[in-house]
Amino acid sequence: MQTFSYIKAASISKALAGVGSGKFIAGGTTLVDLMKLNVEQPATLVDINVLPLDKIEKLPTGGLRIGALVRNSDLAWHPDVKASYAVLSQALLSGASPQLRNMATTGGNLLQRTRCAYFREPNAGTPGGYACNKRTPGTGCAALEGFNRTHAVLGTSDHCIATHPSDMCVAMAALEAVIHVEGPKGKRTIAFADFHKVPGDTPHLENALEPGELVTYVDLPRPVEGARSVYLKLRDRASYEFALASAAVVAKVEGGHIRYARVAMGGVGTKPWRSHEAEAALAGKPANAATFRAAAEAALAGAKTRSDNAFKVELAKRCLTRTLKLATA
Amino acid sequence: MATDTLSQAASVIGAAVPRIDGPLKTTGTARYAVDHDFPGLVHAVAVQATVGKGRIRSLDASAAEKMPGVLLVLHHGNMDGVYRTFPHQDDATISEVRPPFEDDRIYYWGQFVALVVAETLEQATAGAAAVRVEYDVETPDVRTDLSTYTGPRESSWKRGDPDKALASAPVVVDESYSTPVETHNPMEMHGTVATWDGDSLTLYECSQGVVNHRVVMAEVLGIPRENVRVISRFIGSGFGGKLFPWPQSTLAAVSARKLNRPVKLSVDRRMMFSNVGHRPRTQQRIRLGATPDGKLTAIRHDFFTETSMLDDFVEHCGEQTPFLYSCPNLEVTTGMVRRNVGAPAPMRGPGAVPGLFALESAMDELAIKLKMDPLELRLKNDAERDEGTNRPFSSRHLKECYLTGAEKIGWKTRTPEPGSMRRDGKFIGIGLAGASWAAARIPCTASVELCPNGRVCVRCATQDIGTGTYTIFAQVMHAKTGVPLDRIDVFLGDTSLPDGPTSGGSMVTSAVLPAATSAVNQAITRLLNIATLTADSPFHGAKPDTLTVSEGRIHAKDKPASSGIPFENVIRMASLSGITATGRTSPSWEDPKANQYSLHSFGAHFAEVEWEPEIARLRVSRIFSIFDCGRIINKKAGANQILGAAVMGLGMALLEETVHDPRSGQPINGSFADYLVATCADLPDLDVTFLDYPDLIVNEYGARGVGEIGMAGVAAAITSAVYHATGVRVRELPVRIEDLLQSKILEA
Ligand SMILES: Cc1cc2nc3c(=O)[nH]c(=O)nc-3n(C[C@H](O)[C@H](O)[C@H](O)COP(=O)(O)OP(=O)(O)OC[C@H]3O[C@@H](n4cnc5c(N)ncnc54)[C@H](O)[C@@H]3O)c2cc1C
Ligand code: SF4
Repeated sequence: MQTFSYIKAASISKALAGVGSGKFIAGGTTLVDLMKLNVEQPATLVDINVLPLDKIEKLPTGGLRIGALVRNSDLAWHPDVKASYAVLSQALLSGASPQLRNMATTGGNLLQRTRCAYFREPNAGTPGGYACNKRTPGTGCAALEGFNRTHAVLGTSDHCIATHPSDMCVAMAALEAVIHVEGPKGKRTIAFADFHKVPGDTPHLENALEPGELVTYVDLPRPVEGARSVYLKLRDRASYEFALASAAVVAKVEGGHIRYARVAMGGVGTKPWRSHEAEAALAGKPANAATFRAAAEAALAGAKTRSDNAFKVELAKRCLTRTLKLATA
Repeated sequence: MATDTLSQAASVIGAAVPRIDGPLKTTGTARYAVDHDFPGLVHAVAVQATVGKGRIRSLDASAAEKMPGVLLVLHHGNMDGVYRTFPHQDDATISEVRPPFEDDRIYYWGQFVALVVAETLEQATAGAAAVRVEYDVETPDVRTDLSTYTGPRESSWKRGDPDKALASAPVVVDESYSTPVETHNPMEMHGTVATWDGDSLTLYECSQGVVNHRVVMAEVLGIPRENVRVISRFIGSGFGGKLFPWPQSTLAAVSARKLNRPVKLSVDRRMMFSNVGHRPRTQQRIRLGATPDGKLTAIRHDFFTETSMLDDFVEHCGEQTPFLYSCPNLEVTTGMVRRNVGAPAPMRGPGAVPGLFALESAMDELAIKLKMDPLELRLKNDAERDEGTNRPFSSRHLKECYLTGAEKIGWKTRTPEPGSMRRDGKFIGIGLAGASWAAARIPCTASVELCPNGRVCVRCATQDIGTGTYTIFAQVMHAKTGVPLDRIDVFLGDTSLPDGPTSGGSMVTSAVLPAATSAVNQAITRLLNIATLTADSPFHGAKPDTLTVSEGRIHAKDKPASSGIPFENVIRMASLSGITATGRTSPSWEDPKANQYSLHSFGAHFAEVEWEPEIARLRVSRIFSIFDCGRIINKKAGANQILGAAVMGLGMALLEETVHDPRSGQPINGSFADYLVATCADLPDLDVTFLDYPDLIVNEYGARGVGEIGMAGVAAAITSAVYHATGVRVRELPVRIEDLLQSKILEA
């Protein structure tokens, strides 16, 4: 860990003024970990925990506004979330452990970084260390020829195949959330689909935040009338493990046909993976096993596998098929 | 003898007794090795090699040495005053023969190359990060395939002509099985606090064997044994990884000697994967020959086990093979294959655990080939005597273990076809496997002191690694004196106490019982003699053999305890500081009677799994474990051992594997997030049954041991259940989703 200075920000404007090229710290469950590993070396930490961004409020539109500092457990157990956005509650509760969820915040979860073991090595991207384009652009990618069982099969590039680890974000992608940010240049909103970036040839650029921008809220649109939503996470053990494959589905069936479907996948993509291909394969089709499987095939059609992660393709297909079945039952 | 009438207190032997050290642990008052702090204590942090093989080209400590608080940077350029121990030619055992920093060579990733000592842990950590090491890098050999090995192989247990018998056997199974590198990962990580007082060294350790640790450290440091004291009062489990000293002990002692200040050195979780042992990878080919009606005619067990470049460690996978089944033709061969990994170490049930995964899996495959019930195959080939050593078993009830387990899990209802059983929309699979582990009575000395304050103290330089050894001693004291458990003080884990055994091989309980019993019996005899010889005593002039002690009181044998007086009164009347006696356990190998027998424990696991093909999810739903481990002295601690071992076995079957990066040789999943062990959510219904037949050949209580055997057979029971549910036979552990996706059992 490198030496850093620490500021506790009393207001949003003070936080924005203080951060410079440093980092905001919320629950710290990602950031402190990465600082200990020397992956993150901020000169300044701006503690945002006292900012008034810890509320969940109903929006006039019928949607829900989630403060960036709302803890993952509070969000998961909120009555409105459980009733109207079940997929989000389920996703949150499938993640990490109760202790971590009690600390982790909505904003921090959006910005958690990959669990790629090479990326997390203290010396990655330095001479003599593992190649990692995400750590140091241009050094290469140790995972391509290394142990890549947990790595992504969708949205990858020859520069980086790191999986986006979040469960929460997969649900938010299916819910078409909107992210509110505030920065030196003022306030703006970012559609969820535009927030996270695929690696391309710039894997170190992970999201649409400008330097110094603070996530303030995440808005969920008004629940789709008559729709059901489900999150399903598959992994080796029953708890406390990142997804090998997961799926978030919001779907509405009328007269046996699918009238609305939003599909996102986790554990397989370099970002929370919204699958327009699956949605297209579902639109207007009868809600049956053949349709679900076809949607799953469509979702994974572009998959690119490596030495250890080929199984994820079939696993993700089964995961999505089952999730669609549950969401339309 | 005096204790004949103690029926009530004696029933504590075999009862379910809560651990007497439990409250200390649950309240955080038990002090573990690195909990110790002393005035002037400084902190050490080790620097690890970031390459898996090569030489240190340059090591630049100048920046680190100038950093605030840094007192010392130790490395191969300035290390001195350490010696080797010679493997197998010594009365002590070390984990890694090469002393740390002996030269500039790197043999495995993570090897310690420098040590930074500073006033605070943070300063030492920063200093360690500032040590610049450059390497001449070579490609490490961490290949997982061991079968390319062409070196010498050791043959053992050969009987008959297995090759000929295999060639003519009507039914043959010939399959290879492998188990990966597994890492011990006890809760408490390794660590040492070293303090010197002149020429004398005290080490606070997490050692499973303080006596051995003392001898090793004296030799390594070149000082007399009597100048070293090792203290390990509480250990946050070891699973074998803490049996023998690791380099961190040497480094703490050497740096403390150089600085003349107490030094604390902890191994962190990441280092746990590279520097303090692991269960080595095994690759085992099993060939079984049988008659069409299922009688074994031949067994060949040919295996390779991985070891480090410098240490000869063999995972003896074939240890149970010669005696588990009756079979006229048999051979076991071993090949030890070197890789650029840290030294392996015994891990719970070494040899038996991977070995029985292979042998019992092959038996399951044989049963399928024969279209025979795997239970029936086991019963049919059960060995009546140990055909390896040609001795009768002291006590073997494996058949009863099988029959009891079959009853409990409802084996009768099992239909053999894979995928033929369903429940609640899931496929069910049921499998079984046998287990065995050696027993022996190893030497032990213990002393007992009857104190004038009415307490009983017992002392022994063995240690309680979390298994309940403290409580076993207290049970014996209570059984013999009737003094309540809360007035019994047990002192363990300190070399200043009488020499006790290493906590390994599941042999501590059977070793400490005779020594503790003999010591307390002698102390009572002395007490009663003194009671009759002391002028003020109400028993003055009585015959000692008319007296006894119960409920903590001396009284006439034919009268109730209430008629007598508290034992401490006599000690005070005689103006004694206490009455002490020492007892010894003589080893079973010096006992002509015990030498006529094969001493082993046995057991069986029955596992049930649930398979949901729609989402490729497999979970273990039930495990019944039926064990024949002699008499169980503490049912609670005993059951706890088998339960924990079954959970570890589940982890071995489905989750655990240390993966080395092929380029660097680094254990790349070296964290608790990436190396998967079973969580509470993974636990099935667990059910433990002890047959509880005393084995009086081993000791007068009939106790053998329970620590390791519970892990043997679990993986084979689970993989046979996996086959039964999914039709997929997994011969390379762990069972992965990748394997299960091959299942043709689909519609639920
Ligand atoms: C062992 C372990 C297991 C886990 N398992 C899972 C799992 O199964 N599934 C899962 O989804 N997650 C899992 N997680 C990740 C966990 O969800 C994240 O660590 C957590 O959500 C991060 O939130 P935080 O508030 O602690 O973020 P911090 O650590 O405080 O911050 C993370 C990043 O976000 C930035 N940041 C935080 N808030 C803001 C803001 N308002 N505006 C701008 N930037 C901000 C910080 O600067 C930092 O870069 C696991 C974590 C651990 C340690
Ligand atoms: S996958 Fe991405 S994060 Fe991992 S090593 Fe490659 S570039 Fe780095």
